[in-house]
Amino acid sequence: MGNDCLLAIAGISKRFSGVKALDNVSFEVEKGEVRALIGENGAGKSTLIKILSGIHTADSGTIFFDNTKVDLKTPRDAQDLGIATVHQELNLVPSLTVSENVYMGRLPHKSGVIDYKQLHAETERVFQKLGVKIEPTAVVRTLGVAKRQFVEIAKALSQGAKLVIMDEPTSSLSAGEAENLFSVIKTLQSSGITFIYISHKLEELFKIADSVTVLRDGEFVATRDITDCTMDNLVELMVGREITTLFPKVKVELGEPVLHVDNLNRVGEFENISFTLNQGEILGVSGLVGAGRTELARCLYGISKPDSGHIYVNGQECIIHKPLDAVNQGICLVPEDRKLQGLVLKMSVQHNVSLATLSRLKKLLGLIDSKKETDAVNGAVSKLQIKTPSIKQLVGNLSGGNQQKVVLAKEVLANPKVLILDEPTRGVDVGAKAEIHRLIGAFVQKGGAVLMISSELPEILGMSDRILVMSKGRIVQEFGADEATQEKILSCAL
Amino acid sequence: MEKSFLQKYGIVLVLLLICAVLSFLSPVFLTAPNLINVIRQISINGILAIGMTLIIITGGIDLSVGSQVALTGAVVAGLLSSGTSIALAIIVGLAAGALIGFINGTIITKGGVPPFIVTLGMLTAARGITLIYTGGRPIYNLGSTFRFFGAGYVGGIPVPVIILGIILIISHFVAKHTVFGREVYAVGGNPEAAVYSGVNKNKRLVQVYTFMGFLSAITGIVLTSRLGSADPTAGTGFELDAIAAVVIGGTSMFGGEGAVTGTMIGALIIGVINNGLNLLNVSSYYQQVIKGVIVVGAVLMDGYARNKQKKPAKVS
Ligand SMILES: Nc1ncnc2c1ncn2[C@@H]1O[C@H](COP(=O)(O)OP(=O)(O)OP(=O)(O)O)[C@@H](O)[C@H]1O
Ligand SMILES: [Mg+2]
Repeated sequence: MGNDCLLAIAGISKRFSGVKALDNVSFEVEKGEVRALIGENGAGKSTLIKILSGIHTADSGTIFFDNTKVDLKTPRDAQDLGIATVHQELNLVPSLTVSENVYMGRLPHKSGVIDYKQLHAETERVFQKLGVKIEPTAVVRTLGVAKRQFVEIAKALSQGAKLVIMDEPTSSLSAGEAENLFSVIKTLQSSGITFIYISHKLEELFKIADSVTVLRDGEFVATRDITDCTMDNLVELMVGREITTLFPKVKVELGEPVLHVDNLNRVGEFENISFTLNQGEILGVSGLVGAGRTELARCLYGISKPDSGHIYVNGQECIIHKPLDAVNQGICLVPEDRKLQGLVLKMSVQHNVSLATLSRLKKLLGLIDSKKETDAVNGAVSKLQIKTPSIKQLVGNLSGGNQQKVVLAKEVLANPKVLILDEPTRGVDVGAKAEIHRLIGAFVQKGGAVLMISSELPEILGMSDRILVMSKGRIVQEFGADEATQEKILSCAL
Repeated sequence: MEKSFLQKYGIVLVLLLICAVLSFLSPVFLTAPNLINVIRQISINGILAIGMTLIIITGGIDLSVGSQVALTGAVVAGLLSSGTSIALAIIVGLAAGALIGFINGTIITKGGVPPFIVTLGMLTAARGITLIYTGGRPIYNLGSTFRFFGAGYVGGIPVPVIILGIILIISHFVAKHTVFGREVYAVGGNPEAAVYSGVNKNKRLVQVYTFMGFLSAITGIVLTSRLGSADPTAGTGFELDAIAAVVIGGTSMFGGEGAVTGTMIGALIIGVINNGLNLLNVSSYYQQVIKGVIVVGAVLMDGYARNKQKKPAKVS
C-alpha cells in the first residue's frame, strides 16, 4: 500500500441469504483521484458502496482508510471517518425541507433550538457551489427526482468528507445538469477530495474519471487508467463477452391514430399540448428536466387532471380522472421514480410483475390462476433478463437496474395500446438497455404505440419515429427521425 | 427470498414454549377439555383479529370493532325479543355490521380522514347508538334455539370454534389467492405504486372495512348467543386484544406484510396466557401486568429469532 493510497479494500465478500453479492473483492483507491466503478446490473457495486458507508457489514475482508484498518458498523462510523455517500436510491425525508434534509443529523443549533437562519444560509451556499437553484425552504416532497438527486448530492458534499461516493448520481439528471455536477467534482478534486463514482453512462467516465474498476458477478475484474480504455473495452470487461450495445430501430408501418391529445393545459405545468400518436409509432419526448414532460405523462395517465383540453383514444374522447381510467382505456405508464411509484418493495418479483395484469389472470370468484401467473411472470423475467434468484425474491432486494426492469416487465405484461415510458432505462446497464430497446421495438411491431420521455439523447434519437421537444411546458419543435440531431434538439430545448 | 424457518415460525415456537411452561406448572393445562375451552375462548377475539389483520395490512386500523360488536349484538337481540325469526334477525345484524364498516371505509377514502380518527369517532358513536337503542339496559329473552351459535356443539366441537375455523380458512384463501387479497397487500405496501398500477385503492379499502364490520357482526351474534343477552357495554376493549393478536402474529403495523395464520397464533398466545393465569389462580390485578409483559416479550422474542437469522438491511 503506497502512501498516496486513501482506501484499500482487501478480500471483501458478502452474501445475502444464498445470493453471492461480492466475492473476495480487493482494490485500492488513490488520494485525489476520481475512480469509476462499473459493472452490469447486480454486479455488486451498490453492495460494496453500502459496506463502505456502514449500511451493510462484510462477511469477510478488511478495509483500510488512510492506512488504518477501519471497522464500519454504522453509517455514522463512515461519516465520522470522512466518507460521504450519495446512494442509488434516494433516502430523503419527503415531509421535511431541503435544508433540513441536507443537514439532517448535523443541524446547526443554539442549545438545542435549530438556528434556521444559519441553516438556510449554509444550504444556500452549498447549492451555489453546485450551480443549481433549489429553494432551501422547499419541502422535498414537492421536488422532482432531479432536484431531489441534487439535494442528496448537497448532503454528501456538505459533510466536508475526504472520500465522496456517488452511486449513479446522474441517472436522473439531464446532460446540462450532469455537466454542472462534473465541474463541481473537478473543483473538489483539485482541493484534494477523492471520489468513487458509479455510472452506467459509460461516455461520462471519459469526461470525469481518472481510472476505472470493473466488477462482474460480484468479482473484481480489473482496474485501468481511463486513458487506456475505449468504450468497447469497458463493455467487454463488464460483460465478459462481446455484445451488441446498440439495437437498430425496426421499421414499422404506422397504423391508425390511437392517442390524440388536443390543446391540453394544466396551469404551471404545461400549455397547449397537442399531438397524435399512431399505432406502431414511437414518439420521443425530449427536453430539459422541468420542461413539463413528466407532468404531461402524469396527466395523460390520470394522476392529475387537466385544466382544459381533450384526450381521444381510438377517436373517442375519454375522461381520465384516475390511473384506473387510463388502464381501462389501454394506457399504461412506466413512472419516473421506481421506488415511489413503480414498485411495492415489500412484495415479491412475481407479485409486482403481475400487479397490473391481475384482472386478466382472474378465474372464477376472483381467484388468481396461479399457473398462468407464474408462467407469465417467468416469461417476462427471462425476456428482460431480470437477475433474481427466484421470482419469489422481494423486489426490495434486487439491484437498482433489475428493479427498473421489473417495472417495465409489469407494464409490458399488461399489454396496453399505448405505453407511456418516463425514463425507461434509468439505471440499466448497457446490455440490458439494448434488450429493453429491443422489447420496445417488439411492442410497437405488434401494433402498440409508445410515448417515450427520455433525457438520454442517444436513446431518443435511436428509437423514435418522431421527436417532440418540450421547453417550459410547451412543445417547441417537432422533428422527424431523420432530421433530428443532438445539436438541433439541445438548441430548441433551452 | 422465501423466509427461513425461524422467520416464518418463530412465533409458533414462542407459543409452544409458553405451553410447555404452563403444562409444567399446571397438570390441568394439557388436557383435552381445557384445550377445547381455550380455543372456544379465543374464537371471539380470533374472528375480530382476522378482520383486523386485513385492515392493518392496508396500513390502517379499526378502533371501533368493540362498539360494532355491541351494536350488532343489540340489533339482533332487539329483533329476536320482539319475535322476529332468527334467520331474519341474523341477516339484519350482519347487514348492520357491514354498513358500519362501509361507513368507516367511505369516510376514510372519500373524506380523506385517517382511519385512526374515523374509527375512534365510530367507537364512541356506535357505542352511543347502542345505549340509545337499548335504553342502557341488557336485552333478554332471546329464545333457547338462538343459544346454538354461542353455546352449541357439533360433533363435540363448540360452534364458535367451527365458525372461526371456516372464517379462517376462507380469509386465508382470499388473502393469498385472490385478486382482492393481492391488491390489499399492494395498497398497504405502497399505495402510490398500487394506484399507478391501476389498482382501485379506495374500493379495496372500503371492502376491507366492510368485511371488518361483517365479522364484528358475526362476533356480536356469537357473543350475544353465548351470554343469552345483549349487554350495551359488551365488547369494550375488544379492539385492543384484536390488535395485539395481529401484531404478535407478525403483521407489520406499517402495512403491506402479514398473514391471518400468524394472527391465529397470536390469538392463541393471548388465549393460552389468559387460561394459564386462571388455572394458576393468579389474581386478576397481577394477570394484567403479566399479560402485558408477555405480549411485548413474545414480539421481542420473535424479532430476536428473525434477527439472528438475517440482519435486516438498515437502508433499502
Ligand atoms: N438486501 C439484499 N438481499 C438479498 N439480495 C441482495 C440484497 N441487496 C443486494 N442483493 C443482491 O446482490 C447482488 C448485487 O446487488 P447490487 O445492488 O450491489 O448490484 P449493483 O451492481 O449495484 O447493480 P445496479 O447496477 O443494478 O444498481 C444482486 O444480485 C442483488 O439481487
Ligand atoms: Mg446499484
